[in-house]
This record gives sequence, C-alpha cells and structure tokens, in this order.
Amino acid sequence: MAFLEVKNYRKRFGDTEVLKGISFSLEKGEVLAVIGSSGGGKTTLLRCLNFLEIPDEGTLTLGGEVLFEAGQGKAALARLRKKRLHFGLVFQQFNLFPQYTVYKNILLAQALLAKEAFQRKKKDFAAVLKAAPPSERKKLKGEQRKILSEIRANQKQRMEERTERLLVRVGLSEKRDAYPYQLSGGQQQRVAIARALALSPDILCFDEPTSALDPELTGEVLRVIKGLKSSDSTMIVVTHEMEFAKSVADHVIFIADGVIEEEGTPEEVFGSPRSEKTRAFLRSSEQNRLGGEDA
Amino acid sequence: MFWQVTLNLLEGFGVTCLIFAATLVCALPLGLILAFGSMSKFKPLKAVVKVFVWIIRGTPLMLQILVIYYGPALLFGWGFLDRVVAVIVAFVINYACYFSEIYRGGIESISKGQYEAGQVLGMTKSQIFFKVVLLQVVKRIVPPMSNEVITLVKDTSLARIIVVEEILKVAYDYTIRGLIWPLFYTAVYYLIFVGVLTLLFGFIEKKLNYFRV
Repeated sequence: MAFLEVKNYRKRFGDTEVLKGISFSLEKGEVLAVIGSSGGGKTTLLRCLNFLEIPDEGTLTLGGEVLFEAGQGKAALARLRKKRLHFGLVFQQFNLFPQYTVYKNILLAQALLAKEAFQRKKKDFAAVLKAAPPSERKKLKGEQRKILSEIRANQKQRMEERTERLLVRVGLSEKRDAYPYQLSGGQQQRVAIARALALSPDILCFDEPTSALDPELTGEVLRVIKGLKSSDSTMIVVTHEMEFAKSVADHVIFIADGVIEEEGTPEEVFGSPRSEKTRAFLRSSEQNRLGGEDA
Repeated sequence: MFWQVTLNLLEGFGVTCLIFAATLVCALPLGLILAFGSMSKFKPLKAVVKVFVWIIRGTPLMLQILVIYYGPALLFGWGFLDRVVAVIVAFVINYACYFSEIYRGGIESISKGQYEAGQVLGMTKSQIFFKVVLLQVVKRIVPPMSNEVITLVKDTSLARIIVVEEILKVAYDYTIRGLIWPLFYTAVYYLIFVGVLTLLFGFIEKKLNYFRV
C-alpha cells in the first residue's frame, strides 16, 4: 500500500461537481505535480487534502491509517483538527500573519501546540499529586515543579532551534525580525514555506505557490521548493509552471473538469501524452509561455 | 463666583465621566457578544440580534433613556431605577449596538486566508481568533471606534432629560437663574476631555503602526 492513498474524492459546491471521483496514490519522498487549467478542480483537491473543504465522498489513507472517510458525521469532523497536522499547505497568497515578525510567524503554531502539550502534562501531574498520600505531597510537588520547568525550557529550546534552522533553509535568517509587509512577495512565500515546515507535516502541499508573484521572484521560491526535495519530504504541488513540474516532479497528474485525465511520470505526461485534452492543454500553456516572453 | 461655577460644573462633569466610563466598560464587551450574535450561523439568533440592533439604532437615544427610566414603572408598576443607573443602562445598550456593527465590520474584513492559515497550522477556533485575527481587527476598528467614543462624550448630555445632574444640566440651571456664561463655559470641559481622547487614540494608532493589514 502506498504512503498516501486517495480514493474516489468527490466534492460539489451547490450544483457544480468540482471533483468527480479523484483517486491517486503517492509514495513517501515523492513529489507530485498537479497541473490543469483554472477551474478544473486542482485547488479544490488540495483543499480537500488539507480538510479546508470536506469531500462529499471518498477516503484518504496516510501511512496505513484512515484519516478521512466521508459520511462519518460531525464527531469525526471535529477530530479533523489534529489530522490536519499531517498536511502542510502553502497558499498562493502566502497568508502570513501581518502582526508577527518572520520569526514569530514560523514559531507561533509550534508554540501553541507545545503549550497545549505542556498544559496536558501539568494536568496529569496534578492528578498524580492528588492521588498521593498527604505526607509525600510536598516532596512530590517540588519534584514535579522541577520537571515541568525542565520540560518548558526544553520545548522552548527545541522550537527556537528549529525556527532558526528553517530560516537558514529558506535563506531568510537576516530577515527574522522583519514584518511581512517589509518583505517582497518571494520572501513572504519563503517564510510561508518555513512556517508550513515548522510542524513537520508528512505531506507538504503547495497551491500555485508562484502565481501571485512577479515573474522575477518566482525563481527564488521554486529553488527553495526544489531544495526541499532532496531531503525526502513528500510534496504535492499544484502549479502552472510546466518547466518546474517537469524538473521537480516524480509523478504528474493532469486534472480537467474534475477528473484525472492523464497521469504518469513527467516524461510520459509531457513527452507523450495519450489524451487529446492533455495535448491541447500543454500546447496552449506552451503558447502562453512563449507569448509571455514576447511581451 | 467664577470658582464656584467651575467647581459646580466640575461636579457635573464627574457625573458625565461616570456615565462615559461605565458605558465604555460595559458596552465594549457587550458589543463584541452582539457582533458574534449577528454573525452567528444559528439563523434565529442572528435574526433576533439584527432586529434588536435595528430597533436600537433606529430610535433616538433620548427616547431610549425615557423608556428605560419610565417604562418599568408605567408598564408593570415597578419602582423607578436610580436615574444615573437608568441612563447608564440605556447608554450601554445603545452603544453596544453601534460597537457591535463596528466589530462586525472589522471581523468580516479579515481575509479568509488568515483563518485558513491558522486552520492548516492546527490552531483551534479560539486560538485563531485571539492569536491571529483579534489584533488585526483592533487595528482596523480604532478609527471608527474613536469617532464613536467621542460622540459618546457629548451624548452624555442627553441624561438631563431625566434630570441627571451632568455638566450641561448644571450649567443649564444657571441660565434659568439668569446666568448665561456657564453654559458656554462647559465647552472647555468637553474640549479638554475630547482632546485627551484624541491624543489617546492617536497614540493607539501609532502603537499599532508597526504592522500593516
């Protein structure tokens, strides 16, 4: 069984069915590129993987664990929050938190999760203390306090080191104290990538990560994404950058009208597409690219 | 004479400040609750809040003060509230409604992407609100809030309709006895108060200038 298995994902908004039964699988460490024209359902698919939208039908299995099965009612949906952490998402519009520095943007979610874990531990300790015989309570309390402060210090150190490492990885160490509005689009997107990596998702998704950028800024972002590939992370990239898809992906899916029209290795999909729709799409995107260069 | 008037007006100004402060303290949080109500996905609650806000914003504050003060006694034969209390209740309800609309506008102006970014980072709804959205909302609503708060300073003068001894009422009583100037003198008090508030809001705006939304 593959690392990620998506089976028969369907999603409709009102009368329009955007995903009409999408199934694919992905091995650990692979990069999947999702291409297709706008409105074809690429972004919806990505949003369904991250549970920003809930599919109407289908199942999702990750590492053998069923993360999502449609039709399980509200209780299952409430538990989705933790399951989201298996996936990271980098948005087209970055969506950085404007009131925090670059550093805090990357740190925030880690800090919140660490705090939750810490509070749980504290509660457990309190329960232990309550169960202990009164004579030993004082001693126990002292010990607990020491352990808790160690845990906190440890958490803090780990988060800070991690954040610094990520800043280096996206090449923005010198911008750690800048606010998002002080950065270029490319830099903002690199921060967003670091922020998504901070929670070590099993699968990192990119939703057209360079579409909102000026052409001269796309390179730096694509380089960072390529750089991640070497470090065996699994990624799903929705993109309009065909050259990028060709060079970075292990696997390509072409989506049109809510179905997978064609899939295979980059060589297969770009080199010898079987479907007429794929050929037409590739032709027109090639023309657009050349047209863009002329202008 | 001048000092006597100054002191008397100051006493009235104290009542003005009391109404002002009590209204702010209660209406700011109440407004937020109303704002959440008016954005609720639970349709009946949303409808009730919307109608309530419509009624309160759609009728004069002076009328509301009269209703709060005389209403319980005339309709149900209950006793009268303390005059100042009645005024404060009316002000709190009235201003909470205006504030709620400002909050709502602020909250709805935050892009969906901010919520989604929080969601994919595993944050809870309340974490997203308090850690991500709130400060951005505050930054956006400071200018309309400052307007509303400054209006509140001057609206306190409506309290004299039920004979609350706020500053304008005190000054007005002098005119009845033939002394006109204290009435105009009250402007000094209002201007100083509003001046301080303007500085304060300017300070808050400047403090929040370190980021952009």
